Amino acid sequence: MEIIAQYGTVFMVLALIFGLYMTWGIGANDVANAMGTSVGSGAITVKQAIIIAAIFEFAGAFIAGGNVTSTIRKGIVDPSGIAGQPEILVFGMLAALLAAGIWLMFASSRGWPVSTTHSIVGALIGFAIAGIGPDAVYWGKIGFILASWLVSPALGGFLAYMLMMSIRKFILDTDSPFESARRWGPFYVFLLGFIISLVTLFKGLKHLNLELSVPMSFGAALVFSLFIAAIGWILIRRVKVDAKADRDYHFASVEKIFVPMMVFSACSMAFAHGSNDVANGVGPLAAVASVVKSGGEIAQQSELPLWILILGGTGIVLGLATMGYRVMQTIGTRITQLTPTRGFSAELAAAATVVLASRTGLPVSTTHILVGAVIGVGLARGVGAIDLRVVGGIIVSWVVTLPASGILAALVFFMLKGMFS
Amino acid sequence: MSNGNTLSRLFGKSPFTALQSHMRVVLECAREVKPLIEALARGDEAGVNAAKDRIFEGEAEADRIKNELRLHLPKSLFMPVDRRDLLEVLHLQDSIANTAQDIAQLLIERQMDIPEFMQEPLIALTARCIDTCEHSASVIAELDELLAMGFRGREVDKVDAMLKELNDIEDETDELGVALARALFEHEDEMKPVSVMMWYRLIEWIGDLADYAEKVGDRLRLLIAK
Repeated sequence: MEIIAQYGTVFMVLALIFGLYMTWGIGANDVANAMGTSVGSGAITVKQAIIIAAIFEFAGAFIAGGNVTSTIRKGIVDPSGIAGQPEILVFGMLAALLAAGIWLMFASSRGWPVSTTHSIVGALIGFAIAGIGPDAVYWGKIGFILASWLVSPALGGFLAYMLMMSIRKFILDTDSPFESARRWGPFYVFLLGFIISLVTLFKGLKHLNLELSVPMSFGAALVFSLFIAAIGWILIRRVKVDAKADRDYHFASVEKIFVPMMVFSACSMAFAHGSNDVANGVGPLAAVASVVKSGGEIAQQSELPLWILILGGTGIVLGLATMGYRVMQTIGTRITQLTPTRGFSAELAAAATVVLASRTGLPVSTTHILVGAVIGVGLARGVGAIDLRVVGGIIVSWVVTLPASGILAALVFFMLKGMFS
Repeated sequence: MSNGNTLSRLFGKSPFTALQSHMRVVLECAREVKPLIEALARGDEAGVNAAKDRIFEGEAEADRIKNELRLHLPKSLFMPVDRRDLLEVLHLQDSIANTAQDIAQLLIERQMDIPEFMQEPLIALTARCIDTCEHSASVIAELDELLAMGFRGREVDKVDAMLKELNDIEDETDELGVALARALFEHEDEMKPVSVMMWYRLIEWIGDLADYAEKVGDRLRLLIAK
């Protein structure tokens, strides 16, 4: 207790710095992955991507991120064994943030496709084993999370495959693909809005003091998605046939219709990413804040303060503006294979999967789900070439990340413990 | 961090884009055979040389694209088509350029003069063989659309129709070639025996342009069917 009282401010400052570092890393790499597709298709500029990210990442974390934050905060580590030593939990959370941040930075610089989520979960497990003992880990919950890491990319891939097939059936394989695209385009925007808003609203928004019944959720989702479908309809109507480009590639004008639609999928990707990854980053930060604020009590019930989410959002936008900017340009020029129809399918599928996982409180990897979705498009024989070595790399990094970030977290934990007590 | 991005590394270079640009260069090569023969018929030596140079340049460029594509086609690449079929299409396309080069080489080396009776039918045969190549190239140009459709549906029907037409044109070139060979046979006694041999060979090679163009199409059928 005395340690918390004595060093409370120091812990808070450290948590802020580590939290910012962590979210900065997420913004520099992860967000670029999530939104690079839309930038690459020319739907939005890099500047617009940053603005969209700033708004929707925050909205995602604020509106739909609560469940993931609480899983990260108290769903992995059982602190009852250290009830009298709240500083252990503070050290552990600080260690998890720093370890995950370092591991991400290191792995990214080596070109390993590691996941932010996997790093932070691995770091938390590492701290729990080293700091409290193996019994302090909710292994059942961990097994569930691990399973979700396998299932979620597969689900994203399946959805993307179905979307791609439907776009072919209803739009491309018709007498007049352009007219079909104009007719069906708003419907796809509606679908996007409906899935995302329904999943978000379905269990109610408790932390916003907004409890909706099932019919009310359906109603609200319907109104919202009709509204954005109308916006989509207006944008799509403005797209004109480009006869010259069509001679070269018959579906050029159809692709042009999907360009404004990718603005919507970019927004939903940012929202989904915010609901999952921002929540990951701020989870440990929130835990530290809650312990310090209560003067050393490990509260099981506590509100997620707004300022923590704002901090997370700020870190992401900073990361995006300083480094993610360049990453996004690189992605944009390299993934020309992902035309707007393919990119839209992949992004919508990925966003829906991530939001769904977030609502159930499962911390999943946005990037891996997006990769799964792209493979889904590929399985529909829709992508020229996908490098399976990268997919193999993902699986390897998946296996390596947990122990690596776990051991790092344990080391940082002992270091902090030695420094302060 | 920028070089280590998962998403941008996930995508290999599209083999179809390279296959199409290879075919465009190959077609340029084949097209030059007509001015080559025409210049020869006119006795225009500068024209013959200019055409030959363009063919050689084109063939070298085609080789470069071919090698680059092969280099960027590791076995770990997941593609919507069979890797072997793709490489075979590439090989057949390349054979068109190689044949054009062989024709130019032979005409220059032997300083062959076209006998009067052969001039018109030879130019007609060449023109029709190049038509076959044009047609084959337009089928390859449909690969983007095929990919967008996942190699199914109307686009496949369209390509099937194009391939049927390709076969028809190739049949025509066979007939033209046979007629020309027969005419050559009738004039054999008036010509030097070695020249006769070489003209038979040349007629065959010009026919090969159409032959390979047709084979490109046939192999594409397998590629689509996977």
